[in-house]
Amino acid sequence: MLEFFTRLFNRDGGSKNVAKERLRLVLVHDRASISPQLLETLKAEIIQVISNHMEIDESALEVNLDSSGNTMALVANIPVKGMKRAAEA
Amino acid sequence: MGEVIVITSGKGGVGKTTTAANVGAGLAYLGKKVVLVDTDIGLRNLDMALGLENRIVFDIVDVTSGNCRLRQALIKDKRLDGLHLLPAAQTKDKTAVSPEQMKALCDDLRQEFEYIIIDCPAGIEQGFRNAIAGADKAIVITTPEVSAVRDADRIIGLLEASELREPALIVNRIRPKMVRQGDMMSIEDIIDILAVDLLGVIPEDEMIVITTNRGEPVVLDQSSRLGQSYRNIVKRILGEDVPMMSLDEEGFFGKIRKMFGMR
Ligand SMILES: Nc1ncnc2c1ncn2[C@@H]1O[C@H](COP(=O)(O)OP(=O)(O)O)[C@@H](O)[C@H]1O
Ligand SMILES: [Mg+2]
Repeated sequence: MLEFFTRLFNRDGGSKNVAKERLRLVLVHDRASISPQLLETLKAEIIQVISNHMEIDESALEVNLDSSGNTMALVANIPVKGMKRAAEA
Repeated sequence: MGEVIVITSGKGGVGKTTTAANVGAGLAYLGKKVVLVDTDIGLRNLDMALGLENRIVFDIVDVTSGNCRLRQALIKDKRLDGLHLLPAAQTKDKTAVSPEQMKALCDDLRQEFEYIIIDCPAGIEQGFRNAIAGADKAIVITTPEVSAVRDADRIIGLLEASELREPALIVNRIRPKMVRQGDMMSIEDIIDILAVDLLGVIPEDEMIVITTNRGEPVVLDQSSRLGQSYRNIVKRILGEDVPMMSLDEEGFFGKIRKMFGMR
């Protein structure tokens, strides 16, 4: 029991280091949260760029900011309906 | 033309109202003409921190809705010549004032006062939007706890998005002993995380309870370390370059008090 408490209170040289590390991680996510408006803009621009080369299903397009653990990714699911004929081969 | 400074935090209960009262009183003590504006509509507090609760007739919503003139709602402190309070409404909610009305109110107050100190409600909704609407500068308060620091970070982001760049940080309720033991984030840790300028540090001190009980801002107490920490903040607001107080010692008066067995 005593050992449990000493471990609880002395891990990692004081709880402040735990606090700092937890804050660092949570703020990465907090700061990266993007507004729905920005997400819409991003979608529109992605559609524009990709449409130059492929036919895509705009209504089924999904763009999301995905975060797990301490990493983050912009995940896009873009259903392709067909390829455009290359202007020059 | 006066300067409008909003005191905000995100998280509730970290010391906004106490700080607003002391900064306002401290500025007035140094001869400045100051008005404190309580924008925490529905949760009026600043009047009690200042001991002015029995003198309220009109409030901020009476002013913005045209029920009375600005002059009629301002309460003049009897101890400090330059100190005034515009109290919050107690029976309305935060939507009773709009950001545009708040902006106009700040502009009116600017004509008459050198410092307009705005005490902000907790949260990031309309009460916060109102409080920052007319501000030139922002002070963000946090305590050395993870949730308070996290909320401060969010507030700093929102302030910057509203053109209130470079907010200054006050770290409240620091406990030097716990910091030394490695069980409380230090000022350096917090500044490192939030990446803002430090305006001041206020120690945890039960004296706050006593001075708030009495409605007498502790900034006027010349002998305490707590009063000193608020006075330093006031001087920095006035542009003086005051070194950060060392928290490791209790100061001369603290030692004397200890010697004589007082607290
Ligand atoms: N430095 C401090 N030491 C001890 N208690 C404090 C300190 N600062 C604030 N408090 C206490 O914390 C509580 C909340 O303070 P308050 O100023 O009302 O916060 P807010 O306006 O941010 O909600 C009050 O009871 C106050 O007495
Ligand atoms: Mg308050």
